Amino acid sequence: MASLRCFLRSGRNAVSVVLRREFHRTPPAAAQITVRDALNQAMDEELERDERVFLLGEEVAQYDGAYKVSRGLWKKYGDKRIIDTPITEMGFAGIAVGAAMAGLRPICEFMTFNFSMQAIDQVINSAAKTNYMSAGLQSVPIVFRGPNGASAGVAAQHSQCFAAWYGHCPGLKVVSPWNAEDARGLLKSAIRDDNPVVFLENELMYGVPFEMSEEVQSKDFLVPIGKAKIERQGNHVTLVSHSRMVGLCLDAAAVLAKEGIECEVINMRTIRPLDTEAIETSVMKTNHLITVEGGWPQFGVGAEILARLMEGPAFNYLDAPAVRVTGVDIPMPYAKILEDNSMPQIKDIIFSIKKTLNV
Amino acid sequence: MRKMLTIISNVLRGSASRNGAELVSEGARVVVSARTYADFTPQASFDIKKCDLHKLEEGPPQQAVLTREEGLQYYRTMQTMRRMELKADQLYKQKIIRGFCHLYDGQEACAVGIESGINLSDHLITAYRAHGYTLTRGGTVREIMAELTGRRGGIAKGKGGSMHMYTKHFYGGNGIVGAQVPLGAGVALACKYQGKNELCVSLYGDGAANQGQIFETYNMASLWKLPCIFICENNKYGMGTSVERASASTDYYKRGDFIPGLRVDGMDVLCVREATKFAAEHCRSGKGPILMELQTYRYHGHSMSDPGVSYRTREEIQEVRSKSDPISLLKDRMLSNNMASVEELKEIDIEVRKEIEDAAQFATTDPEPPLEDLCNHIFYNDPPLEVRGTNPWSKLKSVS
Repeated sequence: MASLRCFLRSGRNAVSVVLRREFHRTPPAAAQITVRDALNQAMDEELERDERVFLLGEEVAQYDGAYKVSRGLWKKYGDKRIIDTPITEMGFAGIAVGAAMAGLRPICEFMTFNFSMQAIDQVINSAAKTNYMSAGLQSVPIVFRGPNGASAGVAAQHSQCFAAWYGHCPGLKVVSPWNAEDARGLLKSAIRDDNPVVFLENELMYGVPFEMSEEVQSKDFLVPIGKAKIERQGNHVTLVSHSRMVGLCLDAAAVLAKEGIECEVINMRTIRPLDTEAIETSVMKTNHLITVEGGWPQFGVGAEILARLMEGPAFNYLDAPAVRVTGVDIPMPYAKILEDNSMPQIKDIIFSIKKTLNV
Repeated sequence: MRKMLTIISNVLRGSASRNGAELVSEGARVVVSARTYADFTPQASFDIKKCDLHKLEEGPPQQAVLTREEGLQYYRTMQTMRRMELKADQLYKQKIIRGFCHLYDGQEACAVGIESGINLSDHLITAYRAHGYTLTRGGTVREIMAELTGRRGGIAKGKGGSMHMYTKHFYGGNGIVGAQVPLGAGVALACKYQGKNELCVSLYGDGAANQGQIFETYNMASLWKLPCIFICENNKYGMGTSVERASASTDYYKRGDFIPGLRVDGMDVLCVREATKFAAEHCRSGKGPILMELQTYRYHGHSMSDPGVSYRTREEIQEVRSKSDPISLLKDRMLSNNMASVEELKEIDIEVRKEIEDAAQFATTDPEPPLEDLCNHIFYNDPPLEVRGTNPWSKLKSVS
């Protein structure tokens, strides 16, 4: 059973493990929970905890969610709290922001963040900037969530990563969970946060199960926004990543461990505010930095991390230039061989590490 | 005799900060009691223009009752609004106000009429021509003007400026054309959700009326029966573009299609009030949203950088001023029905002028916000954080 769990932890294609998806039963001590179910449970618990919380978006109610993330919620909470919207992102995102201004705590789902571009004015100009423009008179406690970044075979218009776009703007908090614990804890923190939070999920991670301790399963377990997590300790090189790429970094680290190279893998968890301190502390130990992301290189998350490193105390500890591993600078192609080569693979990470370490 | 009574009433009225609404009627009541034997008509009934209707069997009544108290209050508020905007014009030309400044003079009957048809516990949101609404929604002239001049005593501490003023249940002041309409429907959703029988008024102009997100909002507001009054302030020009050049259909009250609508004379405060009451009743009875088009006019150009005469004639502006000015209309009604005296209204004018002068004085002498405030209010209810300044060595502090 333990080896089955190990096998599943980093698996890309999830073998579905039998999971009980009843929401009222207390789960056993440690459990296998998929990212999807972690998100579902987090929303369920927050809906129960605070009656001002509600969910709106396309297909979130009667369809159980386009990716089944909101499965069962409409049945439990009904029309008032789980609202199906027409396909009008700008309109319903604006409505969600208005509801937040008037005292509710909406979760606004974008079926994918690609469609958020239609509503991006409401996210930035109506949500992010308002507390500042009003000098604290008008807060906007809203969560925008949905899958972000590349999926599988969905081509150019459905594969963009928005971490850098939203991460650019003051007034927003932007989080990007990797595993089930991240998903659960960060979504709860996001919902309880009195500020606009952009919550970037990943469709390919939804079905991936992770072991979750009893502590993580408790109703008030929160992952703080703005703090990165060291997923793996190491001395030779720091890998900084977010979302699905964290898994790839861990896989690369496992391969390199056999060659005596110990990688420290940092899971950013939050894009904005960026946990610069965690990265600097690590680099001052390992002297080497590589960022790994799925998004495009230009003006990306990695670019920001490298710039901060240059400007901070950790620069003097670098034994080699810090580099970025990113998605290829092209719109996402469709054919599998092309798509596979548009995104960082484990071999790309390993190659970059060896180049940086000059081995 | 009258002069003596004027003096007594002035003494009795005392001085206080004018906030548009409450204190005025207090003053008026004092005057009435000091002159109980004077032959002012306490109230009168006026014929108002019939509203054009869309998908409605009946419209608002064609007669409105105005009490002396109400009349004086509307007069005072509209006059305050008028003089405040003209003072802003002056200050802008002196370069004491910068950036965008969209003035509301000519449209006073809309803001005052709407507010008199709803309660302060209701909600309202508008676009950038927002100074008038900030006043009717509870802001003071002082804090509005100080916001325009960017001082720490401004309603948004100088952080927002002309287009970003907020008060309780007033969601600004919004700079992006049309974006405020879905926001307003969201506020209405919250009203319905929280079950407090409140509604939201969502305003937009004839220029914004063609925005796609507004039609998205009509759809959802109607589907979900949100208590939202959509109001199009049609002042005939979207910046420099006349309605005929911008809209395939200029019947803005019909553009809601499945949403019932009324077209209202926006220069008559009583017409606006009655229509708003009618619309509010519609929303509160659970029938869903309703749309009002207010036909109004702005004397100034689109903003202070627009003289406003390249796309319309001075004759047109002058004609509206002489025939349809909202303050004159009300004044004439009250005087010809003996509901107030010329001296009394002049008194109000003088008080208003003084209030504006004091506010302008404050707005020009209050210090600018302290530099320490630069990074504050990024987040709400959050622990302090560090913000990068213009260079890597500049680390600034932000508190909520």
